Amino acid sequence: MHPMTSAPYLVRSRRPDRADTVTLALKPVEGPCPPFLPGQFTMIYAPGVGEIPVSISGRARSGGYVQTIRAVGAVSGALCRTRRGDVVGVRGPYGTAWDLSAAAGLDVVVAAGGLGLAPLRPVIRELAAHGSRYGRISLIVGTRTPATLIYPGELARWRDRDGIDVQVTVDHPDLAWKGPVGLVTRLIDRIVFEPRRTFAFVCGPEIMMRATAAELVRRGVSAARVMLSVERDMKCGVGRCGHCQLGPLLTCLDGPVLSYERAAGLLAVREL
Amino acid sequence: MNAVVTESLEPLIAGLRSRGFTVVGPTTRDGAVRFAEISCAAQLPAGRGDEQQPGRYRLTERHDALVFGFAASPDSAKRYTQPPRQSLFRMREGTVEEAEAEAPRIALLGVRACDLAAIAVQDRVFLGGRHPDPAYRKRREAMLLIAVNCAVPGGTCFCVSMGTGPKATAGFDLALTELSDPHRFLIETGSGRGAEIVTTISHRPATGDDISAAEEISRVAATRMGRQVDTDGIQERLAGAHDSPRWAEVASRCLACTNCTMVCPTCFCTTVEDSSDFTGGVAERTEVWDSCFTLDFSEVGGSSVRGSGSARYRQWLTHKFSTWFDQFGMSGCVGCGRCITWCPTGIDVTEELGCIL
Ligand SMILES: Cc1cc2nc3c(=O)[nH]c(=O)nc-3n(C[C@H](O)[C@H](O)[C@H](O)COP(=O)(O)OP(=O)(O)OC[C@H]3O[C@@H](n4cnc5c(N)ncnc54)[C@H](O)[C@@H]3O)c2cc1C
Ligand code: SF4
Ligand code: SF4
Ligand code: FES
Repeated sequence: MHPMTSAPYLVRSRRPDRADTVTLALKPVEGPCPPFLPGQFTMIYAPGVGEIPVSISGRARSGGYVQTIRAVGAVSGALCRTRRGDVVGVRGPYGTAWDLSAAAGLDVVVAAGGLGLAPLRPVIRELAAHGSRYGRISLIVGTRTPATLIYPGELARWRDRDGIDVQVTVDHPDLAWKGPVGLVTRLIDRIVFEPRRTFAFVCGPEIMMRATAAELVRRGVSAARVMLSVERDMKCGVGRCGHCQLGPLLTCLDGPVLSYERAAGLLAVREL
Repeated sequence: MNAVVTESLEPLIAGLRSRGFTVVGPTTRDGAVRFAEISCAAQLPAGRGDEQQPGRYRLTERHDALVFGFAASPDSAKRYTQPPRQSLFRMREGTVEEAEAEAPRIALLGVRACDLAAIAVQDRVFLGGRHPDPAYRKRREAMLLIAVNCAVPGGTCFCVSMGTGPKATAGFDLALTELSDPHRFLIETGSGRGAEIVTTISHRPATGDDISAAEEISRVAATRMGRQVDTDGIQERLAGAHDSPRWAEVASRCLACTNCTMVCPTCFCTTVEDSSDFTGGVAERTEVWDSCFTLDFSEVGGSSVRGSGSARYRQWLTHKFSTWFDQFGMSGCVGCGRCITWCPTGIDVTEELGCIL
């Protein structure tokens, strides 16, 4: 099959997360759904509208992909408006994965900004399921307002049931908010980890990832042990359209997950 | 060298057509040499030459009988290996129909050494990676390549610097060298298919004189490059030149018109267009050529990663001569000079490289 041909997938369920964000469970119309690694993405096609890269945020009980999408434009908007039973196109999974095995035996810091929590969800689920393989596990989350926080129920379960240190900060508190206010980097002070024996997974807007990674490295975490997920425009996902270039890298093939060791120099160049 | 000589290309063209090939060769149209389907040798641009300089292209009269007496034209093999528009698939509710990947049997006559090198680059892009393109493979396999060794390089050519020409050494089915006094073509075969076609046309074995005349053509052509580039360590030198003030200087002249990328035989970037019928029941996806010179090429989160013209020119030039090596293990430039000739403001990559490096 041509690498640009989508397979039809059924929308099995649709759960609104917030005003502009939904979580879809997608399953192939026919046959099994290819396996994925945490951190990988698919190209989802809204018929007649367009196709966008979306990270996989979990495996559905029915055997398909769970993907969380925020409506920011034509394609993401159309996908967010789909209903149970609609058909969309899916290709993939593509891209590099969060390297969980490299984190074994180490303290783990997971840092999410906004929707960046979605691609990290499979990582957190794995950490929660196999906590004994890792040292201390901390999850720090930054979000615009309390109302824009995704997966609030799961965050509570990870904290209360799985023993993960979950901390949330907001940029703009509402009247009811009693937690921390400000950038996610400020939460680094509130979690416990031994920098020289720490592995970090960071996902969010580029500026948030740069600040968080730089702060972790400043505290002594090795840049090779800080992973981030880089966002670039993608039209193909398979190394043939050129849109996702980040200097020498094709983000769709060499990323999106990169070590900060590799990404730092590239992200430091303006307009690369 | 296993070569033969023929006086006319007529039997070759007729033979290819009788074998079901659409013969595509150089013709003159709109004041330029353009590839088009031909049915006889008389349609080739005999006696025409060209003059190429930055931002300048003129057809000229040669006053001789050479039919390949010109350099690279605005068209390249890319138009046939990677068509400018390709339907990908149609989706109707739960079903997907792939576009019928019919691969036309095209015999491309008059391909230059730099263009063969460009096809090798495209092969690496479309077949060499983790997601090979079966439609591209079909088109390539159905395509017969008849190269022409350059006799008169253009004023913007620099294939010698890029190690890609002017003589075709690999990747062709047949390679012609056009000789005069008397007018004749030396034909080398590069594949079994090519050898088989030669047996069907009238020819005589090449003499030592024919062969040395052909060698002399290529030797002289190599000394007549319009331009040159110092490629020594170019990948690393360019990677270290992000802060050159020259990027802003060239951007002040660049119109971001995308001409350079459209004429480049290796530029492969594409985007996708979506449409649906009136009822919205059938959706169709089409892949079309795109260019890194456009503002929306690198849009993330509502703004372009490369918002400035200097960043876009830098992206293009560093991709060609530096990051292409990282991605595909080879240069993205084959030295054909088209981007120089067809830039409306005469921006010259070789000159820019000279200033930046
Ligand atoms: C590897 C990867 C993983 C991703 N994972 C996810 C994920 O899990 N979930 C998710 O929701 N997204 C994810 N994204 C991002 C998602 O692909 C983009 O949000 C999506 O491509 C937007 O496409 P669109 O067509 O809906 O919006 P577009 O219409 O293309 O808009 C793109 C951007 O432009 C802005 N925009 C559009 N029109 C205007 C205008 N007139 N003025 C100003 N700004 C405008 C939009 O706000 C949006 O930010 C991921 C991206 C990558 C590369
Ligand atoms: S960059 Fe210019 S000279 Fe090089 S292959 Fe492309 S068009 Fe030809
Ligand atoms: S052809 Fe010239 S003006 Fe047009 S985009 Fe290329 S460099 Fe700029
Ligand atoms: S998304 Fe097309 S090359 Fe990476």
